[in-house]
Amino acid sequence: MYVATKGGERAIDAAHDWLAEERRGDPSVPELSIAQIREQMRLAVNRVMAEGSLYDPDLAALAIKQARGDLIEAIFLIRAYRTTLPRFGASLPVETDAMAITRRISATFKDVPGGQVLGPTFDYTHRLLDFKLAAEGEAPEAARKPADDTPAPHVLALLDRDGLMEPLEMSDAEPGDLTREPLEMPADRPLRLQALTRGDEGFVLSMAYSTQRGYGRTHAFVGELRIGTCAVEMEIPELGFSVEIGEVELSECETVNQFTGSKTEPPQFTRGYGLVFGQNERKSISMSLVDRSLRWEELGEDDTGAPAQDAEFVLYHCDNIQATGFLEHIKLPHYVDFQSELELIRRLRKAAGADMQEAAE
Amino acid sequence: MSSLNQDQIARRDRMGLLARAEPSRLEKLFPEIPVHELLRAPEAGAVMVRGRVGASGGPFNLGEMTVTRCSLRLEGGAVGHAYVQGRDKSHALRAAALDALGEAGSEQVAPILNALCAEEAARRTERAEKAAATKVEFFTMVRGEDQ
Repeated sequence: MYVATKGGERAIDAAHDWLAEERRGDPSVPELSIAQIREQMRLAVNRVMAEGSLYDPDLAALAIKQARGDLIEAIFLIRAYRTTLPRFGASLPVETDAMAITRRISATFKDVPGGQVLGPTFDYTHRLLDFKLAAEGEAPEAARKPADDTPAPHVLALLDRDGLMEPLEMSDAEPGDLTREPLEMPADRPLRLQALTRGDEGFVLSMAYSTQRGYGRTHAFVGELRIGTCAVEMEIPELGFSVEIGEVELSECETVNQFTGSKTEPPQFTRGYGLVFGQNERKSISMSLVDRSLRWEELGEDDTGAPAQDAEFVLYHCDNIQATGFLEHIKLPHYVDFQSELELIRRLRKAAGADMQEAAE
Repeated sequence: MSSLNQDQIARRDRMGLLARAEPSRLEKLFPEIPVHELLRAPEAGAVMVRGRVGASGGPFNLGEMTVTRCSLRLEGGAVGHAYVQGRDKSHALRAAALDALGEAGSEQVAPILNALCAEEAARRTERAEKAAATKVEFFTMVRGEDQ
């Protein structure tokens, strides 16, 4: 229980002034611009867009600056801003098959049509601190090579063609939206994917990792990881046809997992799916592993009691804004609550004291 | 979408190109906005971006993106619409004006669209070439059993 109290205004104002000063840091050091954060802290911007659930690199960069680099606080700011925007509608589903690819790898096949494209990756770096970055240098330049137009179809589509993958049910059913209706169990796969794509990266990563360590093992292979930009198309009500309204960068991961089958169906590989705003492959791989482990029931697998199989546990705890809101509220004044606890413990001690005295006598 | 006529296809391509344009570039190419009546003043909002389960299954909600829209009518009566990514109101206003000019058959539009189209193609080529440079060319080492 909370009570309204007065008297903190002056202290709060002073705290906010000090926060502003601390945010700026040493004034002899040049101030960060939004453009600098957007361009040079791109992966932080991506995370804020994905978990803030709003694709707008400038706003995410502003939120990071305002939050002094606390990404969960920045995500909170974006979520709050998002609620002030009127929604014009929903896009057509993005066609990730037609993605302009910057990175695309498969861990299941060496030779895939369209090839393995490494893109701007930390993989194969030695993870040694590069002290050259501590000094200002010339802007580096990427190598180039003439591009061919070889299409890069989804790798899983190749397995699909041979009937080795579980078939996907194609539909145009209106998906549930947990930003409009509170999330209720059981949640179908579209809702689970929405919750996971905006879920906390660390939480989703840990859940995925737990499946690899044996808590609900799903034997995942990364069939394909692709990163690049996709056009976003929306039906324009005034015109009655759809138009491209922009482009978003996406990371998509499809996993190939162990089998399902039945008396009537031969064994087939099963799928896990991850799709996230921005270049964020750790999150997209994690998401696809957790998506797969949450599918145990529809695939007729055993409930081993693993945390990553428990949709209610995963989906109700993956949102870092809900989590931090509830967690941090306990630092707010609980004077009245605590007063009753104090009274209770005094009464208990009094009773216990009387009992002990009786026992001693 | 196969039922669109030539004019609708041209309009779809034009609106898409204007939506993807860099606002500052568009301002440079099209500084003077002609006299118009606003049917819908530029308004920032959000569009829910959707994906497909497993890339080709049913749709799911991925997250929103910021979009600004605008509708206007030129003096001659032509109506233009814009839905553009981001929160830049002048971007939406210029895109709607150019859409209306396109509907009116103005000769002012083609050079602007051509410039935007060429610049976009150059940006895309640059990215594709950088990606191509990181494409792995596998070769198999000589294996022991071959000897």
